[in-house]
Amino acid sequence: MKVLVPVKRVIDYNVKVRVKADQSGVELANVKMAMNPFDEIAVEQALRMREAGNADEVLVVSIGPAQNQETIRTALAMGADRGIHIEAPHEIEPLAVAKLLKAVVNEENPGLVLLGKQAIDDDCNQTGQMLASMLGWAQGTFVSALEIANDKAKVTREVDGGLEHIEITMPAIVTVDLRLNEPRYASLPNIMKAKKKPLDSKTAGDLSVDIEPRLTIVKVEEPESRAAGIKVADVQELVNKLRNEAKVI
Amino acid sequence: MSILILSDHENGQLSPVTLNTITAATEIGGDIDLLVAGDASGNVVKAAASIANVSKVLAANDKIFENGLAENLTPLLLSLSAKYSHIMASATTTGKNVMPRVAAELDVMQISDIIKVIDANTFQRPIYAGNALSTVSSSEAVKIITVRGTAFEAATAKGGNAAVQSLQSTGDAGLSTYLKSELSSSERPELTSAPIVISGGRGMQDGANFNMLEKIADKLGAAVGASRAAVDAGFVSNEYQVGQTGKVVAPDLYMAVGISGAIQHLAGMKDSKIIVAINKDGEAPIFQVADYGLVADLFDAVPQLEKELG
Ligand SMILES: Cc1cc2nc3c(=O)[nH]c(=O)nc-3n(C[C@H](O)[C@H](O)[C@H](O)COP(=O)(O)OP(=O)(O)OC[C@H]3O[C@@H](n4cnc5c(N)ncnc54)[C@H](O)[C@@H]3O)c2cc1C
Repeated sequence: MKVLVPVKRVIDYNVKVRVKADQSGVELANVKMAMNPFDEIAVEQALRMREAGNADEVLVVSIGPAQNQETIRTALAMGADRGIHIEAPHEIEPLAVAKLLKAVVNEENPGLVLLGKQAIDDDCNQTGQMLASMLGWAQGTFVSALEIANDKAKVTREVDGGLEHIEITMPAIVTVDLRLNEPRYASLPNIMKAKKKPLDSKTAGDLSVDIEPRLTIVKVEEPESRAAGIKVADVQELVNKLRNEAKVI
Repeated sequence: MSILILSDHENGQLSPVTLNTITAATEIGGDIDLLVAGDASGNVVKAAASIANVSKVLAANDKIFENGLAENLTPLLLSLSAKYSHIMASATTTGKNVMPRVAAELDVMQISDIIKVIDANTFQRPIYAGNALSTVSSSEAVKIITVRGTAFEAATAKGGNAAVQSLQSTGDAGLSTYLKSELSSSERPELTSAPIVISGGRGMQDGANFNMLEKIADKLGAAVGASRAAVDAGFVSNEYQVGQTGKVVAPDLYMAVGISGAIQHLAGMKDSKIIVAINKDGEAPIFQVADYGLVADLFDAVPQLEKELG
């Protein structure tokens, strides 16, 4: 079985983002970028499946500007076999991403698509579910355990009340949550090897997909910051403040 | 304008967060219909019909909807979509699971996790873990929206008398089967709607030490939460996680104990009215958002706090 893993290039999770002065978005110039952490978990899962003999090829795809090829190289250095880069603007919306991924699925026929449950930049949490419905496939979202047997997958989902177990028909879409695994680091020899792995480039036009944005960004602004608080000396003062000043207990 | 809301319910109870989503819909304006799918008890339908501001309750009482499988709920929502200008759900794990499927079928771009209604087409939503707020407008024929419950007051649960209409089931999509759930059975209030939350982080050192927080929670009628590090370490289970990728809470009082205050954690609690931080590291970033900070060893401070509360 071939496993397809879409990976997104986002601002590194450690960076404190800054809003642009003209309120058109956040500052991306000279900011450290990295693979979306959830996508790293998806890549790791695909690699473990291949290592356990449950997958024979791990294909990664990234949609965005030329620099997204670096993100693909990162996945190849982790151990993925092959990459596809689809040239598109950085701000492409999940709906358009899902359409492009559908075109890739139709060409490549993977048995499973593993995605991160959300990207930590737009926090949309949409792409996997959209792709699943476009393909008419089942979905397991927010997954912390995955077990595939024949044409079914048993997934454990992290839901608001705890955990939920469902069974889905393959081929399927699985979106991964934080506790599925801990992704490996790429070793130096593997980073070198990754440079020689195959990486195809395409455009949205090649796939005949309309990627025009549907939403208009009116403005992006900083949230109101909280007024500075105080340090209390001891527990007694804390309780006194909560009772008599804040009146919350 | 007419708005359809997919209600959340569990164990025969309408989830309180649906009331917050109704308020968001009221701010958009127009008739509000509530879809209740898979309520065998009938209680949810009854509760839904008595909410002020609800015009109609649509009840699809088929077992296949009971567990919120997205593959089964999507055709049901699609069968209703033509009549509505907005289809909304709370940004719960159910809403997040189902709504993008509906949006894709209708070929519209979803607007996730809104925190403000500007007008019927324009909404504000957090991006980058709430470090920026994006105002977006949509010209799609139907708006597919999920709502962050903590950003809107709860609508009045009483005083309404909506008509109830039964719907035909759209059938089992045959793609997915619900097996079982492992849900926590806590007597404490639900995390996202509790007036007080006390959360522990890696500083708690192990799961047993959460007892200290539970004792305080029981005195204050609070819910217990946790940081990702505490969940990853196995101190408590995943439903406790507060943050960018866990639950978003905005109680009157949030107490962070042994939590450093990473942006991903702040994303889930920085809209709380009063924030208290107990941390032995005076430089911990949590103090930058805390109204009251106590630099102390939690193993001294928390038992003292329990005593002080009487
Ligand atoms: C993609 C992604 C998503 C994430 N999502 C979330 C999320 O939803 N929620 C979340 O919380 N995190 C999330 N994180 C993780 C986040 O970045 C932090 O790693 C995490 O919040 C740290 O948890 P912590 O504060 O408990 O642990 P630490 O950062 O290790 O802090 C422990 C704190 O305890 C204090 N302490 C230790 N011992 C004591 C003592 N005896 N008395 C008093 N204080 C003590 C220390 O001074 C320290 O400040 C996410 C990360 C990524 C990459």
